[in-house]
Amino acid sequence: MKPLLTLKDVSRTYELGGVAVHALNKVSTELKEGEFVAIMGPSGSGKSTLMHIIGLLDTPSSGELLYKDKSIKNLSENDRAKLRNKVIGFVFQQFNLIKKVSALDNVILPIIYRHERIKNSKKIGARLLTRLGLGNRQDHAPNQLSGGQQQRVAIARALINDPEIILADEPTGNLDTKTGDQIMQILKNLNNEGKTIVMVTHESEIAKYADRIIRIVDGKIIEDK
Amino acid sequence: MTLLDTFQVAFRSLAINKMRSGLTMLGVIIGVASVILLVSVGSGLQAFVTDQFDELGTDLLTVFPGELKFGDTAGREGGPPGSANNKLTREIAELIERRADLVEGVTPVATTYSETKYLGKERTTGILGTTVNYIDIRKSPTDKGRFFSRQEESGTKRVAVLGATTVKELFGNRDPIGEDLKISGKSFTVIGVFESKGAAFGNDQDDLVAIPLTTFERVFDLDKVSYIYTKVGDVERVDQAKRQIERILLTQMNNEDVSVIGTQDLLDTVTSILGVITAGLGGIAAISLVVGGIGIANIMLVSVTERIREIGIRKAVGATSRDILLQFLTEAATLSVIGGVVGILIGVGGSLILNNFVQTVVPTWSIILGFTISALTGIVSGVGPAIKAARMDPIAALRFE
Repeated sequence: MKPLLTLKDVSRTYELGGVAVHALNKVSTELKEGEFVAIMGPSGSGKSTLMHIIGLLDTPSSGELLYKDKSIKNLSENDRAKLRNKVIGFVFQQFNLIKKVSALDNVILPIIYRHERIKNSKKIGARLLTRLGLGNRQDHAPNQLSGGQQQRVAIARALINDPEIILADEPTGNLDTKTGDQIMQILKNLNNEGKTIVMVTHESEIAKYADRIIRIVDGKIIEDK
Repeated sequence: MTLLDTFQVAFRSLAINKMRSGLTMLGVIIGVASVILLVSVGSGLQAFVTDQFDELGTDLLTVFPGELKFGDTAGREGGPPGSANNKLTREIAELIERRADLVEGVTPVATTYSETKYLGKERTTGILGTTVNYIDIRKSPTDKGRFFSRQEESGTKRVAVLGATTVKELFGNRDPIGEDLKISGKSFTVIGVFESKGAAFGNDQDDLVAIPLTTFERVFDLDKVSYIYTKVGDVERVDQAKRQIERILLTQMNNEDVSVIGTQDLLDTVTSILGVITAGLGGIAAISLVVGGIGIANIMLVSVTERIREIGIRKAVGATSRDILLQFLTEAATLSVIGGVVGILIGVGGSLILNNFVQTVVPTWSIILGFTISALTGIVSGVGPAIKAARMDPIAALRFE
């Protein structure tokens, strides 16, 4: 399988009250097409920072980041936003839907930032929602939906631009076990259809859905299998 | 993100908070409406004054007793013939008529107030002693009956031509022609009624009684006149005629005893004063637009703070800083432009209603100005909050509780 994203000696250092914090320390790894990767680690281990860098929300302080063998370390903020829009679909622990906006409008949100005119965007969004079992919930606002339903709306939003990577940050963290399993099953199915899934979690039960688990402690990868 | 998307997103965000959007717009609405309304009142006043002077004729030169400065125009119809310094007489008027070849017509006017009485009804009315030329020079034709003739004038006849208000007050609906009117206790025959002129500066121009100057002099025992109207005819030669009249007058009296004032001079002065007043009124109203702008800036700041998470989400799914900047700018601009348009409608509508009471004119420039200022207000006051939103770090914004 071809590598989608390659990290070479990626470090990320923050200034916190004059003290340098090394959130990531020379991390090197590859994310291959079609993989289901779980990133695990205790809080403060740097797994969120890693996810932000993979998700193109953050840039490394040093080291190299390649997308399909092309360096994207020096991309401008705007170009990162455009690449993010095309390549990455986010699923968050907090669902992060826009309040007071219907499920359907939340789903098609990434389309309006594609900077091109897309016909039938509503139809595409509705089809996705139907596929995820929310066909009759399109016009509901997020606060009229259960947690599991909200997360399914978020997954639909992550899929709308047909990205290569789904980035899930503790996708079941705010859900009960049963609903969490349903969400994980959806992600698993997407992976089976060929989507690359990168998931951050601290629950081993959830991590079992992945084919590959990267453990990170103190900004370093200590295990990768 | 296409322009249409930008507007849709902005519009939807504003629609979510209808009450707040409405109240924010209200600031701009009041600002624009009051600019247009006040400017329309000022312009209306200007138009009204210009009309009044036009009616008077721009080729009219008026000789006043004493040194008259601009601003003393209130004394235009006054200048009692009895005042000590007044050196204007009927003979002076005749002198001008004889010697000023640039002048087409001359009519002296003496004014006073006196008791008028008809069948037990009694009131104080302005009495005007003048000559036959008055009716042409003051463009004051009779509506009913006729003006007095040269024969009646030289014959010191007791005939009177009345203003419409005087007729209404004394005669009611009765036809006054041929009736016997008592002025200062003396019997006069009513021979005509002036065409109505309406009120000017709160002064009813239809409340008067005109009688021959010769009769006036005898009845009131006065030999001075209040002012002398001269009609030049050729508008181009008004200044020349003015100097000619002044030269003639100086053979009879001193410089400080008399003033010759052209209608155009008065009009120019009054118009420029009214222009300043109109601009001042508009300026005061414009302050409320600034306040409206501050309201928009305030609400946009609140809105940005409230929607930090939304901004984070939008950025995460691929919104560029420019997209976010445009979204918030568009929201601010939409608020102020809708406010501006509503303000214009209310301002124009209000001035139409007001037009029933005082003359108002809505100049096109005030509409354009109101719209431009309101649009600018929105954009200027939206820039700060929009930049704040655009610069937000998506990671921090997503974590914001």
